Amino acid sequence: MLTINEYVKVKSLEEAYELNQKKTNRIIGGMLWLKMSTLRVQTAIDMSGLSLDNIEETDEEFKIGAMTTLRQLETNESLNNYTNGAIRESVRHIVGVQFRNSATIGGSIYGRYGFSDVLTMFLALDSYVELYKGGIVPLSEFAKMKADRDIIVNIIVKKKPLKCVYMSERISKTDFPVLAVCVSECDGKFIASVGARPARAEAITDCEGILSNGINAESAEKFGKYVTEKLNFNSNMRGSAEYREHLSKVLVKRAVMALGGK
Amino acid sequence: MNIQVKINGKNVKSEIDADLLLIDYLRDNGCLSVKRGCETSNCGLCTVLMNGKPVLSCSVLAARADGSEIYTLEGLQKEAEEFGTFVANQGAEQCGFCNPGFIMNVIAMLRENENPTDDEIKEYLAGNLCRCSGYEGQFRAIKNFLAQRGAK
Repeated sequence: MLTINEYVKVKSLEEAYELNQKKTNRIIGGMLWLKMSTLRVQTAIDMSGLSLDNIEETDEEFKIGAMTTLRQLETNESLNNYTNGAIRESVRHIVGVQFRNSATIGGSIYGRYGFSDVLTMFLALDSYVELYKGGIVPLSEFAKMKADRDIIVNIIVKKKPLKCVYMSERISKTDFPVLAVCVSECDGKFIASVGARPARAEAITDCEGILSNGINAESAEKFGKYVTEKLNFNSNMRGSAEYREHLSKVLVKRAVMALGGK
Repeated sequence: MNIQVKINGKNVKSEIDADLLLIDYLRDNGCLSVKRGCETSNCGLCTVLMNGKPVLSCSVLAARADGSEIYTLEGLQKEAEEFGTFVANQGAEQCGFCNPGFIMNVIAMLRENENPTDDEIKEYLAGNLCRCSGYEGQFRAIKNFLAQRGAK
């Protein structure tokens, strides 16, 4: 059970940062995952008054505030036009509309959860995490970092020429994914991000140019194998490591074909 | 701590504990339609409208609701009765336990999208679990409700 002694709706990022330096204090994003834990929180830090629940778009980038909900990502037209609807596809299976109206992108990315659709999705884009003290860090680096006491302010997605496909396998609707895959062609580079292995999602780039001579069934299959061989897979109640490894090859191949296979 | 919430159109001031959940706060204030189903943010039974959007009241702190406007079934009598009676007459449900959250989310869906497609209905209501009906009865009832409303 989660218990909270004090609640502070902070008025500035500095106040949130100062409070967050104490180990018994916690930032509450949407509080969905936090609520499932057994935790005694001294001070719950609420950033909902800092106007960080917006998606700003410029010619160069999207800036997504940490308190933006998954439902906002799902329904944002520009983001979904840019990603060919992949962002909507990545979040629409997460529990239900009510849940997604509370769950935040900051919470999802900060948690670096081994089941995360959101982390899988954004790793296939040219994404960055803007930290209050740590500055702007590529998401691929942030995903590998240990959790610290810094604060996510924004998620930044640089606009590059992009094609993108998201796919996941679920035992039943609204459940965690057994495996999640996002394949993109971002600024001429092919990237496959694979999550829910179950381990923090990782992105693999096509460094050998497997897809550079065109996408067809053969090159897509080869890329699926290439990506899968570079990753480790584990077992849990949703599936065995072997099953996930097999799924990875299949889903990466399918996503590549959907990206523009002939 | 002190909060002020507009519950079903009425301003309510209260002193609360920091970890009081919105569901308990609303029940303490007479909104007994709001119920706990799963406690794991999954079943949708505790759905309320917070500033017009459906949320799981079991997973929102009452403190975060400070300054917001909350609607529960008690405050949406006309819409709830119209749809609820229709569902009952269709024999669409069995035990009715999931009904309050289901009706709340149907109301939210129809406010966002007046004429949802079959896929849109299924997607919007995926977070409302029902353990008796297999969803077929509810799905049929919504479709008949929309057809009847369209015919009027």
